[in-house]
Amino acid sequence: MDTLTKTIQGVPLNHYILLCAIIFSIGVIGVLIRRNAIVIFMSVELMLNSVNLLLTAFSVYRGDATGQVFVFFIMALAAAEVAVGLAIIVMIYRNTNSVDINVLNRLKW
Amino acid sequence: MSTFYFIAFLSVFFSILVITAKNPVHSILYLILTFSTFTVHYILMNAQFLAVVNFIVYMGAILVLFLYTLMLINLNKESEPRKSNLVKIAGFVGGACFLITIVAALKAWGTSHPVVLNDPNLGLVKNLGKILFNEYLLPFEVSSILLLSAMVGAVLLATKDPKTA
Repeated sequence: MDTLTKTIQGVPLNHYILLCAIIFSIGVIGVLIRRNAIVIFMSVELMLNSVNLLLTAFSVYRGDATGQVFVFFIMALAAAEVAVGLAIIVMIYRNTNSVDINVLNRLKW
Repeated sequence: MSTFYFIAFLSVFFSILVITAKNPVHSILYLILTFSTFTVHYILMNAQFLAVVNFIVYMGAILVLFLYTLMLINLNKESEPRKSNLVKIAGFVGGACFLITIVAALKAWGTSHPVVLNDPNLGLVKNLGKILFNEYLLPFEVSSILLLSAMVGAVLLATKDPKTA
């Protein structure tokens, strides 16, 4: 394990921030350009995960384990969110026979 | 050091494939690959607990739930919704502007120090368990209520309305 963790020695914190920003932006673009509700949901998961990675990087950088505990709570939250969200998608599909988010236009008002 | 950049490249590559894949099943499979690269990131930072939890909860539970839902929903090629090119370009420009803003803010922040793991026990189960069950015991218990309510909510939403059935 020592040799493995030595491999990240010297990676600047900015590169971690850059990586997580890129993946977060990809998640944002995914939410904007797709119309399939499940793929949009997966893009949200991508965003959540990039934030998790950044929190862990900062936790290692500061030498403070609180960040990793927070990531654990975010994972519990994500599991709950996915269960409820997918149940809603299944319900929408049962009512409209489609997972196209444009069908949900009437939710606007 | 080059290991990090290789894995980072794989993460970005697979996450781009997630949002560009036409078939939603392929999208989910690419998402599994993306999360496995994230697990490697956690291992590289010696956050072993998070690596295991990421592996079990995300790749094991959440993505299986996604695949299972996709199997329940009968999606064929014709039902896959398409967006107009204008909306796609607008979405891409919006996301790129967001990324440029963050990168510019990062540049303005200036110097960055290397990430050095001073305490090798930081991300181990023993250390995290001590913190979780001492300082964060109340949030831990509250999260169990959250999971219970999510379970009840999912069952309520997904079961058919008995009046209409």
